[in-house]
Amino acid sequence: MRPYIIKKKPGYGRAHRVDRHVKNRVSYSLASTLESVNTAEQKAFEVAAKAGFGEDEQYHIAMAVREAAVNAVLHGNGYDPDKKFLVAYEMTLESLVITIADQGSGLDLKCLTDPLAPENLMKQTGRGIFLIRSFMDEVKIRDMHPGTEITLIKHVGHKAANAKEESK
Amino acid sequence: MTMKANIRPVDKVTIVDLSGRITLGEGSVVLRDAVRDLVSKGKTKILLNLGDVTYIDSSGIGELVSAFTTVRNQGGELKLLKLTKKVHDLLQITKLYTVFDIKDDEAEAVKAFK
Repeated sequence: MRPYIIKKKPGYGRAHRVDRHVKNRVSYSLASTLESVNTAEQKAFEVAAKAGFGEDEQYHIAMAVREAAVNAVLHGNGYDPDKKFLVAYEMTLESLVITIADQGSGLDLKCLTDPLAPENLMKQTGRGIFLIRSFMDEVKIRDMHPGTEITLIKHVGHKAANAKEESK
Repeated sequence: MTMKANIRPVDKVTIVDLSGRITLGEGSVVLRDAVRDLVSKGKTKILLNLGDVTYIDSSGIGELVSAFTTVRNQGGELKLLKLTKKVHDLLQITKLYTVFDIKDDEAEAVKAFK
């Protein structure tokens, strides 16, 4: 797995602009396999630990990445060996920003249901995005025509506390 | 860590000792196959011991829900034993903590089956 700096790659949507606040940024282009999901998850653990997040936060960040990677591989790219998904880990002064982009046909946000609703509680699927939103401070989902890009943000220290407070 | 399922009968209850990760792919399949195999043999009083389960993702949660529904549809019962803190928190977040009958003590759990 070789890291490289993202520019703008056709089919992955718009890459994030690298600004002067970025301390460290690394990205990977991965095959649409479950092994790649494990790789993305493990890398998230490492990046979160290196960024100084506590054990619980490392677990939450890694799980959010896993869920997003599963969505990219399974629902986005449909295990298509000709399609890749891109994972970028970016540490800024204030946050860890992780972007995952697939080359699928796009995600219809209207199809997302509330897994806590009584009629959905016993459904086997539909909890991935919910868990991602539960574990991260900010989540942005964009339909890139084609592909879906999801951005997961975890703030560091007091910024995290403020973000949680504002969301109440 | 590879997911493993060890099956042992205790009275009229079948205990499934699970260890490893219940995630999309092998882990979920091991759980699904174990429960379906028991149900096909008429063993519908099932206690899933999650004490050594280190990790569950949304697919694993879905598999637990599916197992619960499968057993209940056959007139049986499925209970959970010894949740780790991570699994406990996940079931609380997803509001499934109140759906499952969850026990900490194996002997007490076995007695709780009808």
